[in-house]
Formats: sequence, structure tokens, C-alpha cells
Amino acid sequence: MFVRTIPSHFTTTSPLWMRVMVGVKRVVDYTVKVRVKDNKVQCDGLKMSVNPFDEIAIEEAIQMREKKLADEVIAVTIGNKKAEEVLRTAMALGCDKAIHIVTPDGEAEGLEPLVVAKIFQKLHEEIKPDMWILGKQAVDDDLGNTPQLLAGLLEIPQGTFASKVEVSDGKVKVTREIDAGHQVVELQLPCVIAADLRLNTPRFPKLPNIMKARKKPIDSRDVSSLGVDTKPRLVREAVMEPPLRKAGIKVKSVEDLYDKLHNEAKVI
Amino acid sequence: MLRRTLSAMAGKVLVVAEMHNGKVSPATLAAVTAGMKVGPVTALVAGKDATKTAADVAKVKGVENVLVAKGDHYENGLPEEYAPLIASVVKDGYTHVFAGTSAFGKNVIPRAAAKADAMPISDVTEVKDDSTFVRLMYAGNVVCTVRSLDPVKYATIRSTSFERAPLDGGSAQTKEVEATKAEGKSKWIEDTVASSEKPDLQTAANVVVGGRGLKNAENFKILNELAEPLKAAVGATRAVVDAGYCPNEMQIGQTGKTVAPNFYLGCGVSGAIQHVAGMKDAKVIAVINNDADAPFFQVADYGLVEDLFVAVPKLTSLVKK
Repeated sequence: MFVRTIPSHFTTTSPLWMRVMVGVKRVVDYTVKVRVKDNKVQCDGLKMSVNPFDEIAIEEAIQMREKKLADEVIAVTIGNKKAEEVLRTAMALGCDKAIHIVTPDGEAEGLEPLVVAKIFQKLHEEIKPDMWILGKQAVDDDLGNTPQLLAGLLEIPQGTFASKVEVSDGKVKVTREIDAGHQVVELQLPCVIAADLRLNTPRFPKLPNIMKARKKPIDSRDVSSLGVDTKPRLVREAVMEPPLRKAGIKVKSVEDLYDKLHNEAKVI
Repeated sequence: MLRRTLSAMAGKVLVVAEMHNGKVSPATLAAVTAGMKVGPVTALVAGKDATKTAADVAKVKGVENVLVAKGDHYENGLPEEYAPLIASVVKDGYTHVFAGTSAFGKNVIPRAAAKADAMPISDVTEVKDDSTFVRLMYAGNVVCTVRSLDPVKYATIRSTSFERAPLDGGSAQTKEVEATKAEGKSKWIEDTVASSEKPDLQTAANVVVGGRGLKNAENFKILNELAEPLKAAVGATRAVVDAGYCPNEMQIGQTGKTVAPNFYLGCGVSGAIQHVAGMKDAKVIAVINNDADAPFFQVADYGLVEDLFVAVPKLTSLVKK
């Protein structure tokens, strides 16, 4: 329904040009180990980056435009003022436009997936994209349910844990990573795709593109203007560090190792 | 026990059952155990001809009722078809909807939650009471206790954190429920399942894991040779999966599978945060690595600094003795 066809004399490769929206989250860099203090996760001063799965989502969307399957790629983030930097990265990588839903400073992890999905739903109704590509999970809260929630709210199909996405004839064939191997499903447009690690290898932004991206405008909106209730449904009662394992020992030889495993731990 | 009978049993739990090769999946059995902590458990079974499946699920200890929905469109676990079914069943007064944390559960539960305007709770490791749950964040580096304010709680259950309910000893009542009409927005094309005679990674008592130190795909042979006498499953780190040495379903970690075997042996594994997130609940951890500074040595109960190409075959021959 939302698929816009371009008159045939403009296109030689594909009659289907899609508008793709990509969700991007600013998270603590995946290489950093967070600490817990005063019943809170300490994120101040830590290195922040684009959620690794979102980099993959951006890359997939850009590749679609390069293959002339998409004609517009819009990056969206929800977060405080600083979250703007992930949109600059997204535009340096090739996204055409960016929308920043600005939230007040506060809780480090930001809004719950259900709220994020509801905000995306509002944007969907306004912008009418043909496809959403999101990362399969954010490496901070590890919830991994925004794509499914968005697809559920919009009542459109979902292709989660995608390792391959092929678009043809207004349909999307998605290869999914499942527990025992792969599954291929065919989805109608519009749909939501959740990117798995295997989908692609994200490119690095080039310096001239980073400079150009600084000048691209960002459509900033205050979260309160969207009419979405942002109150969390999951109240954090306690935040702790996991119990430490008791220190192990180093053995000197394979024989020692076998002896310990066989006689002490009794596992082999 | 006392606590359960006094306060927490007010719940009414729906467990969305998942089948693997005609067997009730281990993840579903863990979800049943988790469900029993909040109230009587009803299992929902759906498929083309779900009668046999329903009979198997009815025998699972702890399941009190089985609901069966028959329809071709449920056959491949498509979330677009399951979510409306769950929505139609939940109306019957359920307070909790659980499934195992598996590709199926992660796909279906949040979509069903969206229909109910509920915030799903992913990968629960502990059920404190009917509205308080424990889960991990930041690749397992933060343990978070959350209290859900939703009237119906949708959650996926980490299968390595709960005992699996026994496959027999139960005698549940089976009831057929009306199938929802097919949505038809998605179509299943095929499953390509890696055939493997070896033990299943997530349920194996012993797991042998290869990391970047293995250098190439052929070298996995030495791990397979060790795994055989140990009756161990073979797993891998992201680095080796990315390099194409082995398929993705062997990946253990934050974004792969979570394992909690009795014995875990890492060979050439450095112990990155993301990998440790998927295995640190193993009872006994041993590591063989020629890099004495590898972070894995801080996690391991037994560490051996040695070239794995020398140590692993030697260990294999000792195990075989």
C-alpha cells in the first residue's frame, strides 16, 4: 500500500523504490565493562557508540539504496542531546535524513522498548516507510524486543535475526538465524527487519562524509510532543554486579589438568 | 514452598509450547518450571495436527491443562499467526505468558505483548514472585531485578537458569481452542537445519569450545576428537563463526546461545565479555590458551598455558585411557 512506484522512464533496474527507516541507539561501547554503584549502572564518562547491531542495520539500508531498491534512508534515534552524534555517524555512512526524538537527561538506558516502539509507530504513520530495519538487540539492556513490538503494534510482518534480506516483486525474503540453523520466510511490505550479526559487515565512515554529515539537518522533536506515555512498565528494584567466581588455579601440564578435572572436579 | 502456597500462587500461567523434531523443547520445559513458581500452568500447543504434540505436553510434570489450536498456519511458528492466537487465549484470565528464550520465544512473546500493550521481560533468570523477575544486562555484567506493572506479564525464560520439568509424571486435561484465522502476511519457505549427531549444545552436560586460536576450520577436528569420548557438544566464539570456521548455531555468547554445562573447556578462547556472557554459569570451567594474559584465566577454575595444538590431542589420549 505504501509502495511508491516511479514512472518507468526514470528507472531501469527495479520498479520498486522503498523508503527505509533505521533505528539507531547510543549505547556504552561494547568493549567497555560497566560498573554498578549505589544501585545504578555507572555510565558517566564511559565511551559511547552506535549499538553494533544498529551499525549493521544502517549498512543494510545503505546497500539497498546502492542497489536501487531504496530511494530514501532515514535514521531515527531516541535519546538525550548527546544522542545526536549517532545520527551524525548514520548520515556520514550514507543515511539521507535523520530524526532525533529528544528525551530529557536521566536514566542512562533511556526509554523502554515498548515506548520506543510506540514512538516509531507514530513516525510510521506520519512518514509511511516501506521497511524498518532495526538491530536485533541493544547491547546495554539486552532486551531484544523493539522490532517485534513495533511489528506487533503496526500489525505488519517481522523478519527477526535476519542474516540475509532479498527484496523482489514487492516481497521480502528473509533468511533468519534460528536455534538449529536457518529459516527462510517471505514477508509482505511494509515490514520490520531485525538485523543479526551475520547480515553484513558495516563500513567505516569516510572523513569527507563525516564533514558533510555535520551540515545535514536533523529533524529534532521533543519526546513530549508525540503524545506517547513514557512511564516505564518495568520498575528497577535492584541493580547489582553478578557474584564473582572464586579464583581458579593455573596448572602446569596437560597431565595436571587431566588429574584435576578427573579427580578433583570429577567432570571427565 | 510456604511462600508459594501463601501469596504467589494467585497467578494463572500460559506457557507457549515449542516443539523440536517432534519433542517438547528443553526451553519450554524450563518455562514450565518458571511458571509453576507463580501459579498453575497451562500449555498452549498449536500446529497442523497438534493432537500428538498435545498428548506429549500433557505428560509433562507440572502442566495442568493443555490448550490445542489446530491450523496449518501455526505449523512453522510464525509470530504473525501465533500472536493473535495468544491474544485470543489470554482473555481467559491468564496473568502470565511465558516461553523459553529461544529463537521462537524471542520472536513470538514480544509481538504478543505488543497486542496487549505490555512490556515484555526478556531472558528471565529468576522468578522472585508473581511480578518480580531477575534478568541480566550489559552482557551479563549487571544483574537487574525488575517489577512489572503490567496486568499480564509476558516473559521469555532463560532455559539454563531453571530445571527442566520432567517429560512424564503429568496428566493434564486437554482442551481444544478455536484457531484464529490465518493472517497471511508472512509465508514460511524453508528451514535449513544443520544435521548433527552430536549432543545438543544447550542441553549437553559437557561443552568443548574453540576460539580464534584454532586458526582454521580443519583444526576443529581436534576438538571433535576430544568431544567424542567426553560426549560433549562443540561450541564456538563469535570470531571463529565470523571467520566461517563453523556455523552460526554453534556460537556461544551474549548474542548467540547461553549454555550452563557441568563442564566447559575453552581452547584458544580469549574470554571476551560477550563470550563469557554465554557460559559463565558453567559449573566447572577450564581453559587452554598459550596467551597467559588472556582474560579467560580470571574466569576459569583450571587454566593451562600451553599451545592448544599440543595440549588438546594429549588431553584426548588421556581421556580415552
